[in-house]
Amino acid sequence: MENKKRYERPVVLKQFSGFMNKFGSRPTTATRTEVDGIPVNELVEKYGSPLFVISERKIRENQRRANRIFKTRYPKVQFAWSYKTNYLNAVCSIFHQEGSWAEVVSGFEYDKARSLGVKGEHIIFNGPDKDKPALRRAISEGSKIHIDHFDELYDIIEIAAELDKKAIVAIRVNMDTGIYPKWDRFGFNYENGEAKQALRRIMTSPGLKLTGLHTHIGTYMMSVDAYKLAADKMVELAGWLKKEYDHILDYIDLGGGFPSNNTLNGQYLPAEQILPTLEQFADAITTSLLELPYPKDELPVLFLETGRALIDDAAHLISTVLAMKRLSDGRRAMIIDAGVNLLFTKFWYKHQITPAQDGGMMTEETAIYGPLCMNIDVMAESITLPVMKKGDKVVIDYVGAYDMTQWMQFIQMRPNVVMIMEDKSIELVREAESLEYLATNEKLPEKLRNFKI
Amino acid sequence: MRQFEVPAYAAVSDTGFIFLGNSGETFNLNEIGKEIFDLIRLKRNTEEVFKEILENYEVDRQTFERDFEDFINRLLSYGLIKEI
Repeated sequence: MENKKRYERPVVLKQFSGFMNKFGSRPTTATRTEVDGIPVNELVEKYGSPLFVISERKIRENQRRANRIFKTRYPKVQFAWSYKTNYLNAVCSIFHQEGSWAEVVSGFEYDKARSLGVKGEHIIFNGPDKDKPALRRAISEGSKIHIDHFDELYDIIEIAAELDKKAIVAIRVNMDTGIYPKWDRFGFNYENGEAKQALRRIMTSPGLKLTGLHTHIGTYMMSVDAYKLAADKMVELAGWLKKEYDHILDYIDLGGGFPSNNTLNGQYLPAEQILPTLEQFADAITTSLLELPYPKDELPVLFLETGRALIDDAAHLISTVLAMKRLSDGRRAMIIDAGVNLLFTKFWYKHQITPAQDGGMMTEETAIYGPLCMNIDVMAESITLPVMKKGDKVVIDYVGAYDMTQWMQFIQMRPNVVMIMEDKSIELVREAESLEYLATNEKLPEKLRNFKI
Repeated sequence: MRQFEVPAYAAVSDTGFIFLGNSGETFNLNEIGKEIFDLIRLKRNTEEVFKEILENYEVDRQTFERDFEDFINRLLSYGLIKEI
């Protein structure tokens, strides 16, 4: 018995000749048996599968690096954590411990930040949907409201008068930065003069105090020039305010949008080979801002609402192979217990999926499907993997941004989320959902309670 | 119990590389795949193949049965073996 050989499924692979891929292919026999120093099997044994695993160390490292990059180029920099990117309390709290403010885009997110202990004055309130109760709270707590449209501007004027309190505001500006698609649905347009029109209205409203300008030119931006252009236009607007009203701004907010190293669907080369570095983005932005016609000691604070680039690589999703099967054309297919219900970003990213155990040298082209009984649940159309079997584990990287906020309770419930702390202890930061949890808000009318089948 | 044979135009190297002389197609086998393919070449029937593999590998019958079926289906569809 002890002399038996290690078993691996018998495999025959057809060799295809044809055009070579001039870039070669990624080595796919690599395995990842640990996540942030903790064995994958240990994590699954204790917390089940699928399982989101977040690294405290990595988040802090990312934020400190970003601080360093921007603060060595510009004297005043303040990050605000983008709640929508990942609003797990544990994640937000790390960013707040690192000194970041909160950037929220709804009344619910606003309340979440407040309940974590963030003061109103340290909240940036963005987004097109700020209802009156939320605005009332934001104005009375002195948070920075970034106005999206004229209807909101008039709501704020009205509430400020009602509360007899000055509302602290900025406007969101949209502009042509040469990128497609143009994000012109948020805020006031720069080119057609709407932004200046809104600023004029604010400057002549006694209940409003204009403290900043905000823009957010897009998401997963791959162009440094677009940020340079955006910063130039903000500088022009700030200069105009100074000239026209002798008004000095407290801050200029360049939003977020820096990409993570996750590779987009349809992108041929891995992201890290084609994306600009954070340093390049920082150079572009800060070079423009330093041109501001302000006295040097009155330069505005540069606000950044970076989300994705700070969290994406700090989280991983562990998943278990449920079954191996063949497709009609003979291709290998693998079903895993994590699908698009958990990985919403699958619709635009080609995530890196790595086996969590040693496989043989033989590799197979494999399609990976999630557990949903839905045709859309495709995790990878075709990926080269070593020979795998039911029960094996895979680790999916770059799942920190948007997955833990856009995930769906659909067919399956959302699983445990754990955080590996800096001292390598493991904390459960969000418990797996249960039927009871789901039923909490459901009401079943009396007449529907009984049936005979 | 089934019995298969390897056609005469299939040449196999020691490392599990297969060349089909009639079409020019080439294939690769992993170690255990090569072992099974060799047993088929030696005209062993499926029961004999099972006995050999279960004795030498850390695998239970049910797991191997499932993998063997799939493997044989691939070999048949590629024309690397024929059922007799």
